[in-house]
Amino acid sequence: MASGGETARAAAEAVARRSYGKLVAFLASRSRDVAASEDALADAFASAVATWPETGVPDNPEAWLLKAARRRLIDARRRRKTADDAEPHVRLIAEELDSHAMDIRFPDERLGLMFACAHPAIDPAVRAPLILQTILGFDAAAIASAFLVSPTTMGQRLVRAKTRIREAGIPFRVPDPADLPERLGAVLDAIYAAFAEGWSDPAGTEARRRNLAEEAIWLGRLVATLLPDEPEAQGLLALMLHAEARRSARRSSQGDYVPLAEQDIVQWNHAMIDEAEALLHHASRRGIAGRYQLEAAVQSAHSIRRRGGDADWSAIVSLYDALMTMTESPVVAINRAVAIAEVEGAEAGLAALDTLADDPRLRDYQPYWAARAGLLARTNNASAADEAYEHAIGLESDPVVRRFLQQRRSALG
Amino acid sequence: MSAAHEARLKLKGTDMKYMLLIHTRESDYAEMSKAEGEKRTGAYMAYAQAMQKAGVIRAGDRLKPVSTASTVRVSNGKTKVLDGPYAETKEQLGGYFIIEVPDLDEALSWAAKCPGASHGAIEVRPIWEM
Repeated sequence: MASGGETARAAAEAVARRSYGKLVAFLASRSRDVAASEDALADAFASAVATWPETGVPDNPEAWLLKAARRRLIDARRRRKTADDAEPHVRLIAEELDSHAMDIRFPDERLGLMFACAHPAIDPAVRAPLILQTILGFDAAAIASAFLVSPTTMGQRLVRAKTRIREAGIPFRVPDPADLPERLGAVLDAIYAAFAEGWSDPAGTEARRRNLAEEAIWLGRLVATLLPDEPEAQGLLALMLHAEARRSARRSSQGDYVPLAEQDIVQWNHAMIDEAEALLHHASRRGIAGRYQLEAAVQSAHSIRRRGGDADWSAIVSLYDALMTMTESPVVAINRAVAIAEVEGAEAGLAALDTLADDPRLRDYQPYWAARAGLLARTNNASAADEAYEHAIGLESDPVVRRFLQQRRSALG
Repeated sequence: MSAAHEARLKLKGTDMKYMLLIHTRESDYAEMSKAEGEKRTGAYMAYAQAMQKAGVIRAGDRLKPVSTASTVRVSNGKTKVLDGPYAETKEQLGGYFIIEVPDLDEALSWAAKCPGASHGAIEVRPIWEM
């Protein structure tokens, strides 16, 4: 039989998993103080673990934790004694808690908190980490290792951003309709940045990163649910699901790199792809295209291989055309050139790549050289292909991808 | 009414003060025709009036050009006066408004409406409440 202490701890952990972000969002949106809210909540969890074995787990653990956290917030304010002007906020929380006390549910302010974290007044580089910490409760060390910076640096950035939210008066709410598209873009970009960090570990050996991709999908799902009329929110979720569905197909059983066109479709997660397709379909009905919907549509055109045959390359070319006019990204331009090669032949793809040759951003960009090498090989220009492969290999940091490029290079003959 | 909107109304008593510092090129004015100058002044008056109507303005002034500025420092008990602004910049601090609004978004939205925002830059600074 489990002891009372264990039961209480398990109950507290279950609430933490389920409601951490909601509790932080509720407290922070009232107190305007993210860091103080997190501290107060941590104290409240600690006292839950100490108290619940004696008193039993309360009927409404969230309300219990909120009340305990509110007391901590007031105590902390008294100790600091700096800001009388903050008192009305705390009083407000108290009144509101009393009015919600009989209610099992309290308002979900997570979306507002995400908009605060991705506010234009916050450094773009810290927006994704801030969302991961406040909504999901990641600690600075875990975030730091995922984003490849030192824990001290990450900790400082997070503290600075939270201070800025408090001192500059950054609001915790969904922006007005006029500002929503741009602001939502920042929230979605932050979520996608978290996903990309998790995605960049294809071997799946780093649990933390894999976790990050899953958590980003969870956040994407939350935003898509809370803003059901925003097609880009659905588009981002569809894009992440399409990518995640192919996670295990990216490596062979021997751990070798497998390019998308050669992946074994049996290894794709078809339930995820189905969900992505449904989301994309739903989003397209609004008739407002955007970057994430277009990128998800590209993935969708690749997934057609599930029904036998080839990816729909001419659809992919026109999707990249649309993305080009929207982003002018050289990465999109490379992908477009590769798609053109599939439709019109390698020469045409090379011609499209040639127009990028002067872009200084591509000089050290591995995918540019790998794409170039692949197309040169197909036009039987072995010596130029060899040179391009050499360049690509020199720029690649992932040993598995490097090995793949080396194999292609030695196959030139 | 959304929960966020409700919370905003409740927070009415906890508005924050911000200073909008208007940085523009003084030389613009010198190069301007009289009619253009009057138009710009009119735009500022309309802007101040709009803030008055919204009940957010607490103070505001236009500053004379930096050619009239003096900068004072005291070191080792000796007062040193420099004939000029604190810093030589391409754009100069030419005026300010103090507003009281619920949050930074409201402050930024007022800053964007300031005529100076389209021919210069508005720095938005929260005011330390004493």
